[in-house]
Amino acid sequence: MIAQGKDIGQAAARRGSRATAPDKPGDPAGTYTCCLMKTLDAAQEAAVRRIVAELKGRPGPLIEVLHAIQQDLGYVPEAAVAPVAEGLNLSRAEVHGVVTFYHHFRRAPAGAHTVSLCQAEACQSMGALALAEHARRRLGVGFHETTPDGRFTLEPIYCLGNCACSPAAMIDGKLHGRLTPARFDELIAAQAKSP
Amino acid sequence: MSTVYVPRDSGAQSLGAEEVAQAITAEARRLNVPVTLVRNGSRGAYALEPLVEVATPQGRIAYGPVTVADVRPLFAAGFLAGGAHALAHGPTAEIPWFKGQQRLTFARVGIVDPASVADYLKSGGYEGLTRALAMETSAIVAAILTSGLRGRGGAAFPTGIKWKTVHDQPAGQKYITCNADEGDSGTFADRMLMEGDPLSLIEGMTIAGIAVGATQGYIYLRAEYPDAHRALNTAIAAAYQARYLGDDLAGSGRRFDLEVRLGAGAYICGEETSMLESLEGRRGEVRVRPPLPAIKGLFGRPTIVNNVITLASVPWIMAHGAEAYANYGTGKSRGTLPIQLAGNIKNGGLVERAFGLSLRELLYDYGGGSATGRPIRTVQIGGPLGAYVPAAQFDVAVDYESLAGIGALLGHGGIVAFDDTVDMARMARYAMEFCAIESCGKCTPCRIGSTRGVEVIDRILAGVEAERNVRLLEDLCETMVQGSLCGLGGMAPFPVQSALKHFREDFRAQPK
Repeated sequence: MIAQGKDIGQAAARRGSRATAPDKPGDPAGTYTCCLMKTLDAAQEAAVRRIVAELKGRPGPLIEVLHAIQQDLGYVPEAAVAPVAEGLNLSRAEVHGVVTFYHHFRRAPAGAHTVSLCQAEACQSMGALALAEHARRRLGVGFHETTPDGRFTLEPIYCLGNCACSPAAMIDGKLHGRLTPARFDELIAAQAKSP
Repeated sequence: MSTVYVPRDSGAQSLGAEEVAQAITAEARRLNVPVTLVRNGSRGAYALEPLVEVATPQGRIAYGPVTVADVRPLFAAGFLAGGAHALAHGPTAEIPWFKGQQRLTFARVGIVDPASVADYLKSGGYEGLTRALAMETSAIVAAILTSGLRGRGGAAFPTGIKWKTVHDQPAGQKYITCNADEGDSGTFADRMLMEGDPLSLIEGMTIAGIAVGATQGYIYLRAEYPDAHRALNTAIAAAYQARYLGDDLAGSGRRFDLEVRLGAGAYICGEETSMLESLEGRRGEVRVRPPLPAIKGLFGRPTIVNNVITLASVPWIMAHGAEAYANYGTGKSRGTLPIQLAGNIKNGGLVERAFGLSLRELLYDYGGGSATGRPIRTVQIGGPLGAYVPAAQFDVAVDYESLAGIGALLGHGGIVAFDDTVDMARMARYAMEFCAIESCGKCTPCRIGSTRGVEVIDRILAGVEAERNVRLLEDLCETMVQGSLCGLGGMAPFPVQSALKHFREDFRAQPK
């Protein structure tokens, strides 16, 4: 139950700074350091411009654009906000507002593997909180954190639609059901071997 | 040539179906026996997944749950001809779990190849559209009204009335949007349908477009469903290829275009106006109603917002007749309901039956009791905003009115079981916590109330002025119910209130 106590604090902070700024790890005020942050590198800049040009003609394109950027770059860099805003004829505040509203968009790169543990009711009824506690110990990080070696990012998720096979988790987009601590360790060990 | 079915349903995949499919292909190659592998949806009995079926002259024979280690012994036992094996269940249709079900909306899920328009047509697909194309648009709307179909997403609003409102708006750009943001814990019917029979959703949306004069449809799909995303895009491409989407669809001279838009992990976007904001590319903040989306919806135009199951029920209604559908069910709950048994339940999965089954039948006859073997203490129905129902009320019928009668709600038909180890004060706390995480922040009762709710429950559990704080919690719940802009803040107190009402003994100071 320590888990939940921690989470609510994080939940409150989540809108603004659920991911730490890439160049200032652990900076809780990551939201406000945009002016200090790196600009996009040439490849990132080219990708953002290509994506905006490709999708700008579609109705209500902003979320599509952000999905494409995250797909391509692994996250939505703070420095991408300005070119996206300019390309879509929106204010930077509007773009920033959308990036920070949705839990799915990351503002810093994730680890090589993303482990999302369902924490919703059905999974709780089958021991999801204990499994989360096990995962924290096994990986040595809390929710919304990445292991120091950059291998794993641990995230809570609220329902994967696998509620008849609880507890569930998603690792790099692949769904797993009826997880036990032992099975979790096997999956992590298997991922640890892959790049 | 033997035909073997191994589900591609993500729930089945989560239990190893992909590895089993690969092992079957490899073993068939090793033994040099020709096998056609069909990747179907799940039939919905997750205790048996991965459920492998083989086509035989006696019908499909089921084996499950199959692991990779079982594959060689299955071949050795002659399973391709339906041979005996410890995992064999005989004809799938005769398995008690499936036998009594009344599958209308889920008729094809787990049966057909979801990517195949040919399979779809062979099993009665597009009969509904063909009939609709021969009807006056007002007659299509009238049929949906007559069927008694109500929104299966949770609000249970009569679908025909929504359609009529959009139909009666002046001609011009109108939209059909499908709410596939199935975020309620304990629900997976939308996912199963989109993965197992996406063409029925596509046909339902096409019929809706024809009925109200809309030429563009969007499926708003949650980002947590990557497999459903792939299945939908594959099926949409197949439907375009077969000319059931696009201009001159089915040779009718009518047009309907359809695409999938991905959400981005916000529970609130299952609320219809928030979903429309998100589809427009904005923060998913709730809109004030009126105007209703049916009058001023997506991009300010008349818009139908229906849930996946609602839309996927339309082809059956059009093909078999509105009266045939209305003949199922009870009272004002007409038709069938795909119920999802979830959480701490032995045989979880999908049960489609006419409304009116008792909760007890579902939990014990279908569900087989809890997974842990302990007594079921309570169930939560209708997702994180649904009430907890205590065991003493398990004889209630599962329909809209009966559940409302005991202060519960049906929502999207998900039932989450908890055994007697559950701590209801913790579940009440979680309800508030979840609301705090997912609140869009637009209205104060939801944004602030949910965080205050967590704090008050923490004080109760810490033994700080427990009685006074319980009264405060009740008062806070009332404020949120009455004062919130939408169902998130307005309903998040339901699980809290029901926990207080039925499980007051859990709200006491907890040992550290």
